[in-house]
Amino acid sequence: MIDRIPSGFHPFVIPFLLGMAFVLGYCAFGLFRIIKQLSWKERRKLAVSLITPETVVKNIRDIFCDCLFHVKLWKRNKLLGYMHSSIAFGWFMLIVLGHLEVILFVPKRINLFYYPIFFNYFVAEDEITLRGSLLFFLMDFFLLVVLSGIVLAMIKRVSSRLFGMRRTARPSFLNLVGLYALWAIFPLRLLAESFTAHISGGSFLTIPANWVFRQFLGNELNMLPTWWAYSIALGVFMCVLPFTRYMHIPAEMLLIPMRNAGLKMVDARKGFTRVQVLSCPNCGVCVDACPMSANRANLKDCTVYLTRQVRRGNERRIEQISDKCLMCGKCKEVCQVGVDGAQLRLMQRARRQYGFSPDFSNLPQSQIISSSSQKNEKVLYFGGCMTQLTPAIGKSVESILRKSGVDYEWMDREGGICCGRPLYTAGRTREAEQLVQKNQEIIKNSGAKVLLVSCPICYKMFLEHYDLNDIRVVHYVPFMLDFIASGKIQLIQSEVSYVFHDPCELGRGCGMYDEPRQLLKRVAQIREAEKNREMSVCCGGSLGSLSLDFAQREKITRASLDNLCGSGADAIATACPLCKTTFSRYSDRPVRDLAEIVDELIIDN
Amino acid sequence: MTDFGFSISKSATIDMDAVDMELYERVCRQVPSARICMSCGSCSASCVAAPYSGMSVRKVILALQRGKDVRTMLSNCMLCGKCSMACPRGVNTRNLILTVCRNL
Ligand code: SF4
Ligand code: SF4
Ligand code: SF4
Ligand code: SF4
Ligand code: SF4
Repeated sequence: MIDRIPSGFHPFVIPFLLGMAFVLGYCAFGLFRIIKQLSWKERRKLAVSLITPETVVKNIRDIFCDCLFHVKLWKRNKLLGYMHSSIAFGWFMLIVLGHLEVILFVPKRINLFYYPIFFNYFVAEDEITLRGSLLFFLMDFFLLVVLSGIVLAMIKRVSSRLFGMRRTARPSFLNLVGLYALWAIFPLRLLAESFTAHISGGSFLTIPANWVFRQFLGNELNMLPTWWAYSIALGVFMCVLPFTRYMHIPAEMLLIPMRNAGLKMVDARKGFTRVQVLSCPNCGVCVDACPMSANRANLKDCTVYLTRQVRRGNERRIEQISDKCLMCGKCKEVCQVGVDGAQLRLMQRARRQYGFSPDFSNLPQSQIISSSSQKNEKVLYFGGCMTQLTPAIGKSVESILRKSGVDYEWMDREGGICCGRPLYTAGRTREAEQLVQKNQEIIKNSGAKVLLVSCPICYKMFLEHYDLNDIRVVHYVPFMLDFIASGKIQLIQSEVSYVFHDPCELGRGCGMYDEPRQLLKRVAQIREAEKNREMSVCCGGSLGSLSLDFAQREKITRASLDNLCGSGADAIATACPLCKTTFSRYSDRPVRDLAEIVDELIIDN
Repeated sequence: MTDFGFSISKSATIDMDAVDMELYERVCRQVPSARICMSCGSCSASCVAAPYSGMSVRKVILALQRGKDVRTMLSNCMLCGKCSMACPRGVNTRNLILTVCRNL
């Protein structure tokens, strides 16, 4: 390989250079701003993690797995995974191999960073090309890989169903410009390299193309225009990149180290939140996943639109989208980059201004007097507001406690105060904190060693926001499993088959998937719904949503019921009073809480 | 005047022409379901805050229609959502409460 152009420059590289300069400048400035927005502690955390070998290895692995190979998308749908990783990894390899070519053949040009991109224009083949044939082959191969990805992307625009997606996000205008520029880059590169292939050499793709073109087009005349076009496409793409979803490419590189450093969302817009918002590539996977989108409703309130509106700063829409969400956490579960849609909305809710705020200082102080019988460890049962609305659940839990001979006390039998989670998810954190303080005091003064809850909403709140010293917080499901294991209660088998609905707060919220199934298996047949565990569909009654009205909730509930009933089970089992109430409203078969099921099947001694 | 030990109670009449409905209307625009409340009182019966601040969504809606103050009632609402679960008319009570709080 020898240099063909002595100066090593041609004006056609200018569009590319301009685009590159712009995008690099923009990213450097953005990086500077985001680092400045971080608190001193966060900055230290990030810096420490960047020099800790384990996190560095994890960062590199994550960048490869998430940004280049899109491992999570592969798991979702093979075609979708191939499409994204072929473009990302193929492009990455083209850049790497381009650099390798420059280093090997024209090392003196390595300081010109447009050289690897336009290598084939600037060089001519000489006798000793054999050394390069493998590289040429690989270049063509990866170009083909990228092109196949682009073809798939075009097909996906027309028919997303093939890719396992019923609905996708609609791209905005600038996104379309970016999209078409991206689509143009690689076919143009193929043309450009083909027209030059008789000079610079090529491989299985470019050499035959060169031969074909020579038959009717002639290569010399077309060479420069196509290289110009290629460079312009690159330039356009890079110039619009910061304003389109393609910003996710640089943003994700920052998101991964930040996440691995343990940074959390603490501001509604700035710092880590900003990076997360920019990292959303608008893939639209969250649209189908969102339970609100049942019956094609609320399509524009999914997380992909939230990240878009936050970028645009459209406050009215941000508010609408934030208030509607059920906070079920499913979009985070399916999201390949880990955008936490619910948390992002919570941050938006928390910054809202209220003209009036509740104040709970008048609430009575601790009512429960310590009656600690030191022999057994005392269990304090907290039913929670929703259990008060479904008295059967509370009674069943109490009955089981009695039958197993546990020393217990029912904290809110005569009505208590809320755990604070609804206030918290509504963004009224300071007010929720007051309730937390009140409850904390009551619980600590009770002399109990265990706090038993039957509502997963409260459970999550107690786990995450309460400081209860050595008092153990348990949901009744693992507690009953203990009773069974230790022989405190004996059960008979029932003939009824149940499908278990994973409540959002218990499953995705607290990661408890297996225990309820173990418990259910002990007493009845168990069927599985098509979407279960992490993919479980919210019942629609969630307190997370502020603005969804009853009619809209009904659609969500019915869609969730359809998913459960598809399993053909006789009845629905759940472990949350709110899910039970919500389903009971529309279900054609019985909906029962695990506590009720178990209590009924205990053998009385 | 002779003190009889009792007096005529003050008139409870509300002059609807003098009532400022501005807040009620504003809330109804944002939470249309506020208009379909039938004052059944299910919400009041289930309310967690009722014993502490006399909270009742029914009364809040009524007070808004009469232009009366609702702050005391609202001051203990825990947003627990029992009222919306209990409401037979499907009034979005929690959103109503939050909207009132924002507009006060
Ligand atoms: S939030 Fe996640 S799933 Fe949704 S579009 Fe963005 S990247 Fe895709
Ligand atoms: S948290 Fe649930 S309801 Fe909210 S946007 Fe995500 S998937 Fe939809
Ligand atoms: S989380 Fe819900 S059910 Fe539990 S105490 Fe709070 S409001 Fe009541
Ligand atoms: S949300 Fe407020 S008004 Fe409704 S039941 Fe709970 S405390 Fe009462
Ligand atoms: S339960 Fe519903 S309809 Fe009945 S008074 Fe309350 S808000 Fe009105």
